[in-house]
Amino acid sequence: MKEKPWKPWLLLSPSLTAVFLLLIVPVCFVVVYSFWLRAPSGMDIPAFQFGNYAKFFADSFYPVILLNTIRVALETVFLCLVMGYIPAYFFYRTESRLKPFLMILVMLPFWISFIIRTLSWINILGDSGLINHLLLKYGLISVPLPMLYNEGAVIMGLIQYLLPFMILNIYVSLDGIDKSLTEAAKSLGCTEWQAFREITLPLSLPGVSAGCLLVFVLTCGTYLPPMILGGPGNEMIANLIFKRVVGTLDWPFGSAISAILLFLLVIIVYTYNRYMGINQIFKSLSKG
Amino acid sequence: MKKLISGWSLIKLYTILVYVWMFAPIVAVVILAFNPQQFGTFPMEGFSFKWFVKLSQNSTILDAFKNSLVLGSLTAVFATAIGVPAAMAFIRYEFKGKEFINTLLIAPIMIPEVILGVALLLFIRWLQQPKSFALLLIGHVVLTLPYVLLIVQARLVGIRREYEEAALSLGASPFQTFREITFPLLAPAIFAGMLFAFTISFDDVTATLFWATAQNQTVPVQIFSMLRTSISPEINALGAVMIVLTVSIPLAAGYVARRFARGNTP
Repeated sequence: MKEKPWKPWLLLSPSLTAVFLLLIVPVCFVVVYSFWLRAPSGMDIPAFQFGNYAKFFADSFYPVILLNTIRVALETVFLCLVMGYIPAYFFYRTESRLKPFLMILVMLPFWISFIIRTLSWINILGDSGLINHLLLKYGLISVPLPMLYNEGAVIMGLIQYLLPFMILNIYVSLDGIDKSLTEAAKSLGCTEWQAFREITLPLSLPGVSAGCLLVFVLTCGTYLPPMILGGPGNEMIANLIFKRVVGTLDWPFGSAISAILLFLLVIIVYTYNRYMGINQIFKSLSKG
Repeated sequence: MKKLISGWSLIKLYTILVYVWMFAPIVAVVILAFNPQQFGTFPMEGFSFKWFVKLSQNSTILDAFKNSLVLGSLTAVFATAIGVPAAMAFIRYEFKGKEFINTLLIAPIMIPEVILGVALLLFIRWLQQPKSFALLLIGHVVLTLPYVLLIVQARLVGIRREYEEAALSLGASPFQTFREITFPLLAPAIFAGMLFAFTISFDDVTATLFWATAQNQTVPVQIFSMLRTSISPEINALGAVMIVLTVSIPLAAGYVARRFARGNTP
């Protein structure tokens, strides 16, 4: 069959129109708006000035929240990696009949409401939650440990949300490794550990880095876990944006904070794409 | 060899612990939903459906459920209606800039929802349109489209072109070919895309908080505002209902889809 060259574009046009008009244009508009001036009343005034950015960096208040966000994101990436690599390796090596079932279980949280998963930690970490209840019951402590409404609780919620992404990304990468490579290494005298360190681990790095990037980017934009599990000092950048836009209706300043977050993420994703290729991430996501 | 086995059992144990960690909070929500106590916490003192009954009489929640169902269903229909043709274009055709366009359409997954929320709301405000159900629907379609594209593309890869060519060469019209061959083969992919779009829409909080008005609150947004006043056991009951619903629907749907696919494969 001879193809008509316009046909794929016809099929693509609804999606392209939707993404262009409803996503790309509005996001660019946020960047434009971040240079506008806030009007005391009515519509904001079109302008080109850096006042909103100057306000962000004027004192340490806002930059500290930005740095907190990056720190929490790095901590979450690290913990997801530590918690996720071994289960992914287990899926790669196991010959158990239960493997498909266990894989479905890993993906199950994707289907469970995010807000329910987040708030479920209150039942575990709260003053009368499971852990404190057990510790009190067996007399190990006399007053409940304060485990909720702090950064640790926020990170718990974040890992709960992001760990499946990490496990899947690493697993997809591991699954592409030819098992005969490690067999060959072992027959040549490598120990199991050496074979892992010299072959499996380096070959799984694309999945590791894809998982890390995804977890980092998703954490940087997170709104809900700090709201539900965090205390007053655990605000992240997304909470700030919401407060400025919906709370105080300071659209130009809210736009400037959004633009700063966007700029940070674009740089990170761009750098990653340059060296690793972004498609690795999409490959793993489509397994979800 | 002895050492190796113990290493493997450590890996197993670690994996089990990660599973426990992942599911303990979810199981706790379901268990506590049956706790008749005033403050849905441990220890369990008895067993009752009291909070479920209370929930079923809560008209705010019921309204939110209705909104979420309507919004999720419409989002699923629109997102797949525009996403499936695009996925077909990527799978079936070679054209200039394919890789770039594909990345462009899927990359929004990486844009934080907060930014999408602000962007669309700002845009609507600039156009001097009020917040409405249409805004919420449009937003959800844009939000779910990249996922629909990913899922549908992954499913479409396996569909071979030869079936259609065979039908055409045997004298079927293009329309007949579509109705008899292409559509039945596509159906499971469409179904998977719709299911995914529905779930994401049903689940969404952050962007919805920007776009929803008081009249079209969804269930997660309602839960969010309930959380701000107090943590009542009703939330655990609602959580249990949501967990059972969101876990069983995809499982059942997956089963139906497989049956459906099997029945139609030539």
